[in-house]
Amino acid sequence: MSIFLPFGSSPSPSPSPVIPTFGGGGAQSCVAKNGQFCGSWFVDNFGARFAPRLVEHIELTAIAIGIGMVIAMAAALFAHRHGWFETPFSLFAAFLYTVPALAFFELMVQVTGINRFTAEIALVSYTLLILFRNTLAGLRAVPPDALEAAQAMGLTRRQTLLRVELPLALPPIMAGLRIATVTTISLATVAAYIGAGGLGQPIFDGIQTGFKTEFLAAGVLAIVLALAADGLLVVAQRLLTPWARRRRA
Amino acid sequence: MVSGEETQVAAARSAGSAAPIAFQHVSKRYAGRGQAAVTDLNFEVPSGEICVLIGPSGCGKTTALKMVNRLITMSDGDITIDGKSVSGIETAQLRRGIGYVFQQIGLFPHLTVEDNIGTVPRLLGWPKARIRERALELLQLVGLGAEDNLRRYPGEFSGGQQQRIGVARAMAVDPPLMLMDEPFGAIDPITRDRLQDDFLRLHREVRKTIIFVTHDIDEAIKMGDRIAIMRDGRLVQLDTPDNLLAAPADEFVADFVGADRGLKRLRVWTLNDLELDPHIAGGLPSAPASTTLRDALSLMLTEGETRITVTGQDGAPRGSISLQAIAAMLGPEQRAPAS
Repeated sequence: MSIFLPFGSSPSPSPSPVIPTFGGGGAQSCVAKNGQFCGSWFVDNFGARFAPRLVEHIELTAIAIGIGMVIAMAAALFAHRHGWFETPFSLFAAFLYTVPALAFFELMVQVTGINRFTAEIALVSYTLLILFRNTLAGLRAVPPDALEAAQAMGLTRRQTLLRVELPLALPPIMAGLRIATVTTISLATVAAYIGAGGLGQPIFDGIQTGFKTEFLAAGVLAIVLALAADGLLVVAQRLLTPWARRRRA
Repeated sequence: MVSGEETQVAAARSAGSAAPIAFQHVSKRYAGRGQAAVTDLNFEVPSGEICVLIGPSGCGKTTALKMVNRLITMSDGDITIDGKSVSGIETAQLRRGIGYVFQQIGLFPHLTVEDNIGTVPRLLGWPKARIRERALELLQLVGLGAEDNLRRYPGEFSGGQQQRIGVARAMAVDPPLMLMDEPFGAIDPITRDRLQDDFLRLHREVRKTIIFVTHDIDEAIKMGDRIAIMRDGRLVQLDTPDNLLAAPADEFVADFVGADRGLKRLRVWTLNDLELDPHIAGGLPSAPASTTLRDALSLMLTEGETRITVTGQDGAPRGSISLQAIAAMLGPEQRAPAS
């Protein structure tokens, strides 16, 4: 995962950095000296250079997580009913998970080209393992007495799934969703390598030009985004599982 | 007799529907197992009666119970509720019309008490207001009638309280028949005793037909109008608690009810059931007529007396009873009146 690119690790002798000229402020300015982090440049350029990338990044992540969740949920429900399906799907998802990200992108480019679609295929692939495992574990952890009660009260299979099993499986599902989301936000920075945009773009640009502020800012934005998404999911989980916090004293 | 009529009207309103249930030569065999789990079970439970199924583990009592709502499919024979075969009713519909209470309680931890009780009513399309009203009414019936309780989650209640909610949930749509599979089996003895008493009181009000599975003979004696003792999938004896204790059909039943069956019978009778001697003035210990013979005997033993005074509801003496009278009443030819 490529958020933490080491500063100034460009091969020595370091080529003279290509500093953007739009910094202004003369030769003594932070930008001209390529300082560790030029706060005012970042503030001035956030709207034009970072905000669109941030939005792209959120889109990349949301689509990957959405599709990943649908596939993993369907697979987990199938495996819940037909136990034999767990092992082959787990192996498949684990295999995808182990492919190095850059190699995966490079491989997929030859099939589907340099575009966002290619990036999403890779990103979705990385979510499957954790989402599938957690969803299946959640479904299996539903207390058997609740299932017996549902059956004895005349709930149909579908009603049992929607009203009993899925709500009770929610905590592990949400836990998986949090890990998958944070992982995907981090991984999605690499997607810029195949032209999918996102916060990876300014990181690559910054590395190429040696302009520290640019890749540092983009990296930090990716971290902040991951933390914010994780926080939102925690809040969502609390709202969705009010019973989990209410216990007899 | 206006007040009498009012009482009758109130009783009629609180009394729910009840239906007789009949096992007709019911058997259950599992493939690949030599011995049948249940063999030729053939008996009826009249409307409004509590019939206890009891026997050692593996005797088929739970299997028999679960064939009623088709959690287990019977291999042979038929079970009818109010004359209608359970096999002829669609499974979900059948189950929604039968209350089910079991040892693990099975409240839905993610639903509030109101939604737990309202599960079957909602499936049947009751309006929200009616579900809420019914949930509160049932909570009151099981002794948890605070309105806040509707919005609380099962995890906020003790085991005994959860089982009360479980009973309320089973009664949500006023089913004519309730199946109870060791409902108080996982609850501590003191709470269990209270739950049993409360449930009997509740049953006197609502008079549902109940099939009650237990492995505890004391519970069976206390709860059952009649007790069906099973062994190896067969019905060995079906009788009132008193008959069972006074005249076990065979050695197995005698063994199962215990060597102290004479003492157990003392619980089935109250001083009310005996013919009293005249009241004798002066210093005898006294007990109300509703006291069981067991407690009366205990009082005699602790006080070192062979006679006690029996008082009425108002506390006034109604007569007296002697140790000899109690001993005489327990002879094999004597039977307690049906409770």
